[in-house]
Amino acid sequence: MNIHIPTPLRTYTGQQATVSVQAKTVDDALETLIGAYPDLKPNLYGADGKLRSFVNVYLNDDDIRYLPNKELTETNDSDELTIIPSIAGGCCR
Amino acid sequence: MVETLNEVELPKLSNEEIARYSRHLILPEVGYEGQQKLKAAKVLCVGTGGLGAPLALYLAAAGVGTLGLVDFDTVDASNLQRQVIHSTKTVGMLKVDSAEIMLKGLNPNLNVVKYNTMLTSDNALDIFKDFDIIADGTDNFQTRYLVNDACILTGKPNAYGSIFRFEGQASVFATETGPCYRCLYPEPPPPGLVPSCAEGGVLGILPGLVGIIQATEVIKLILGIGDTLAGRLLLIDALGMNFRTLKLRKNPDCPACGTHPTVTQLIDYDQFCGIEKPTSVGPLEVAKDKNVSGTVVDGIPQITVQDLAQKRVNGDSFFLLDVREPHEYPIANLGAPLIPVGSLESRIAEIPVAKDAEIVVHCRSGARSQKAAVILKNAGFTHVENLAGGILEWADKIDPTMAKY
Repeated sequence: MNIHIPTPLRTYTGQQATVSVQAKTVDDALETLIGAYPDLKPNLYGADGKLRSFVNVYLNDDDIRYLPNKELTETNDSDELTIIPSIAGGCCR
Repeated sequence: MVETLNEVELPKLSNEEIARYSRHLILPEVGYEGQQKLKAAKVLCVGTGGLGAPLALYLAAAGVGTLGLVDFDTVDASNLQRQVIHSTKTVGMLKVDSAEIMLKGLNPNLNVVKYNTMLTSDNALDIFKDFDIIADGTDNFQTRYLVNDACILTGKPNAYGSIFRFEGQASVFATETGPCYRCLYPEPPPPGLVPSCAEGGVLGILPGLVGIIQATEVIKLILGIGDTLAGRLLLIDALGMNFRTLKLRKNPDCPACGTHPTVTQLIDYDQFCGIEKPTSVGPLEVAKDKNVSGTVVDGIPQITVQDLAQKRVNGDSFFLLDVREPHEYPIANLGAPLIPVGSLESRIAEIPVAKDAEIVVHCRSGARSQKAAVILKNAGFTHVENLAGGILEWADKIDPTMAKY
């Protein structure tokens, strides 16, 4: 499946916008991603091992927080995972 | 009944206005009554920068009757790459005054209400109460949360837009039934994790694209037509030119708009975002005109550009390190070796001096070099200093021939 990496995090994926992984669940996909790009870990997970609250992960069009099985939701190859961190830019002095 | 009431309350259009808005009037979804609604509408633009500029211009052109503008800043030459509401002639002028000139030039019927101030917890509710819709075009997390909470507390919808480099987000928050910004992002990222536009740069047309999407949502909210972005997040990728919308849900446990809200008044948003009050002496641009010589920030002594120039004149032995990005180097540099702050941790071995040698770190404005200095200190270097104000300050105080960017 494809994982879409937002601009602010591409620094940690060698500027790759999309990373393909083989994974059975959302959690599995994120683990595989971090395995390939370890610098992503502190940007996605807090010290408590949970996804940081300013990082949203969407499986296709749905926020995984609202899926019945959350991170353990099963995935297949045609699914798309999108990471959406908060961005604040606008005025840009 | 309601319709009759509206007809009575809505302002009449003059013949000049009818001619001006002709292309709206022949559009059945707008029509005469829609144009009256636009004329009666009061929209507050928080920020007249990259997003606020196209947003305010198009709302003025469309015939929105009253536009409020909140901005504390003045126009800088580096704004003009994207802030099309300002112009070369108005560099140095207050942004609210500069914006008014352009807006009134476009549509003299417009009523402009200027707030030359920073939006704060003390003034937000008072400013918001006179408007129907708020358009958030700010550039920092503190103000984003402030605008969100003030919208919830005053019951005003928020046409939201945000940008980073080549990427944008847009939505409509805080409608009666829809989610708010806190439903999407309960907490801000810690300071320093996400670079600001001033550090990261932004493609000039991107805020134009996103600001006009915000303006479109404002117009739809006023007219009551179409499907707004309430409950959806639009993601814009300008490089791939991809647009996607994702579902947003109202979080029943949201501290601002949930069933048992805990945010019942505005809070200290600097504290909420982990940001020091801008009044304290720091290495950032806010402190650039203060004498920082002898101050220490997070264990890092700050030195001025005068201190650095003197060290060079004296022939002192120290290592000067530039932590900007390679593409910034040809614009202006102090001749120092370059290791970008993002890769410093993994390239510590390339620092060619002993752990107790004096190291001065610099960047463009002094913010990234402060971070880099902390990284070096944590890696065991004991005598690391930050050049306050960076290369910009050097250009101002030491070498006026140096380019500022």
